[in-house]
Amino acid sequence: MYQYDAFDRRIVEERAHQFREQVVRRIDGRITELEFKPLRLQNGLYLQLHAYMLRIAIPYGLLSSKQLRVLADVTRKYDRGYAHWTTRQNLQLNWPKLEDVPKILDELAAVEMHAIQTSGNCIRNITSDPYAGVAADEVADPRPYCELMRQWSTFHPEFAALPRKFKLAVTGAAEDRAAIAVHDIGIRVVKSDAGEIGFAFYVGGGQGRTPLLAPCINAFVPEAHLVSYTEAILRTYNRLGRRDNKFKARIKILVKAVGAEEFARQVEEEHAHIAEGPLKLAREDIEGFRRFFRPPMYEVLRDDDPTLAAALLGKDRGLASWFAHNVAPHRQPGYAIVNLSCKSPDLPPGDVTADQMDAVADLADRFSFGALVVTHRQNLVFTDVKKRDLPALYAELTRLGFATPNVGKLTDIVCCPGLDYCSLANARSISVAKQVAERFEELSKLYAVGELHLNISGCINACGHHHVGHIGVLGIDKQGHEFYQLMLGGSSGTDASLGKVLGHALVHDEVAPAVERVVLAYLAHRAGPEETFLEAYRRLGPAPFKEAVYDPARA
Amino acid sequence: MTLLAHDAERGARLVEDDPWLDLSDETPLPSHGDVVVPLARLADVVEAPGRLAARVDGASDPELLAPHLHRLALIVVEIPKFTDGRAYSLARLLRSRHGYRGELRAVGYVLRDQLFYLWRCGFDSFALAPGKDPADALAAFTEWSVTYQPAEDHDVPIWRRRRAG
Repeated sequence: MYQYDAFDRRIVEERAHQFREQVVRRIDGRITELEFKPLRLQNGLYLQLHAYMLRIAIPYGLLSSKQLRVLADVTRKYDRGYAHWTTRQNLQLNWPKLEDVPKILDELAAVEMHAIQTSGNCIRNITSDPYAGVAADEVADPRPYCELMRQWSTFHPEFAALPRKFKLAVTGAAEDRAAIAVHDIGIRVVKSDAGEIGFAFYVGGGQGRTPLLAPCINAFVPEAHLVSYTEAILRTYNRLGRRDNKFKARIKILVKAVGAEEFARQVEEEHAHIAEGPLKLAREDIEGFRRFFRPPMYEVLRDDDPTLAAALLGKDRGLASWFAHNVAPHRQPGYAIVNLSCKSPDLPPGDVTADQMDAVADLADRFSFGALVVTHRQNLVFTDVKKRDLPALYAELTRLGFATPNVGKLTDIVCCPGLDYCSLANARSISVAKQVAERFEELSKLYAVGELHLNISGCINACGHHHVGHIGVLGIDKQGHEFYQLMLGGSSGTDASLGKVLGHALVHDEVAPAVERVVLAYLAHRAGPEETFLEAYRRLGPAPFKEAVYDPARA
Repeated sequence: MTLLAHDAERGARLVEDDPWLDLSDETPLPSHGDVVVPLARLADVVEAPGRLAARVDGASDPELLAPHLHRLALIVVEIPKFTDGRAYSLARLLRSRHGYRGELRAVGYVLRDQLFYLWRCGFDSFALAPGKDPADALAAFTEWSVTYQPAEDHDVPIWRRRRAG
């Protein structure tokens, strides 16, 4: 993974120092709260319902075990012993004190971490494919480009007061595991017929109150122009994006208003002036980043490991089920990708305790070259586990509660913190997730429900990505009461789509039974076990699901 | 009003005497002295009494300024809200696209914690928002000893700087 040099270290240290001074000036009144707000936000510090919330950046989700131990330590020392993985591959602390934040930043800086630009109207943490570097379907590893773009966007002087927040995602694989269609800029690494690397740029996607899928504005931007082209997009947006209405200020609104073609033309015009300037990348520039992401020292192994094969045939059916659901193929023979499910019945989705973090760090050292990845579905990934070690790792994960065999399945619920923590929320989300999970624990044992993504957001800001859940739940407020809309048919994958509202909103305790009726309708109507929920919904349309939820007597 | 100036050679300093006379749309031109006029009036000023400056805001189109740049000694950019970042892009376009080399001044809601970014984008003088401490502001330019990306202050991205050793 990327290693800081003297420059990077100095920048993070100077930032920690700067923020400490800003806090002093805020406390003695030289900065007003209004003026302090964008400063603290660009350091990841939100004022929440009950306390401050600090969002720590995990660039493209990649962590070392050493960093994870420091996160555990910080969580224990300055918070209440638990933290929250976010849907943008970051970590949130829910209860830090303002005066402790500079100390936290110092401790993070010591392990090359920070909270820079995890919030505010600036370029945010760049997200990527959790299987980056090991996916079998990869054109190129996206992480060198992510790191390059992280450095370009960090404290970019021109783009620190954008009309609104700005999120980038980069994927290098055929299957989209980074949800690029619902980002301000989604970048897909592609290869031309001549074998040259370039990028397809998708611009103006997003969720929130105006969900839109990003149109492709350029199908092939040459590798050398990755940064200059992105700068051209940002400059166009910074100059022309709306600033009169916060809810119309995202780039998606601009792209939609002028049209993707016209927006592309404006970007090209801007880019023509800067394409050959200092942002143009030389081959050696990219190589300099690539060398940090070389494959680890793999052992030469046979792919059909006999230890694993024997164990899979053994008495413990849990191992087989876990292997089928939580383990993915690796491109190196004899290795596997292991998903750690953070969705157990014991904790809200995405929550993690300090002790769990320490235990995971130890397992990463033992089983996966001391590294791990946070996913946008709020789980963790060990990317490089020997197949031979899978039974031993399974036993450890089971003990820790990370082996629930549900990755990508119904109880692998993506969920924002909701009204329990968040000042923006209209409704609780964690309690809905809990009710659904309880209801489905038994059901998923009985039926092979297959791939099914359930996403829950406590408000229209869509941190739980409900628009792209196969089943989405959105908490809304009606005359001071919590209600929930049910949406079906969304997807953040390669075949991205936005879910459609099924019918009238439901009260809190109706949500879990309604989701159950949707799933039972799917099981009743699917063409066969190989037809997934999403495929069935696309074939059947909403009618049978609507009937099941709103007119169960007839269904 | 507290006026600061900053450049790479001399660093940051307070400017005591500001010779510029700011004129509105209507005020007639004086017989002598350096004047600032709004962008819309620029074309009407055929002969300035002294040096000439234009007043614009972040939303102004640099193309409208371009034909006048050769006779401007100062461009004053009004920043109505510190959260409005258009002035940053305007400054970069004036400097790098249009080659403007005269003074570029940020006025309005200008705060200490924006000064470094404003400077990096091409501003070299700053009228601090009322009530803000000038000593605080002077320290803003030395907070960072290294920056990742090229802007108007330098054109060497960090990856090239690393390669140079």
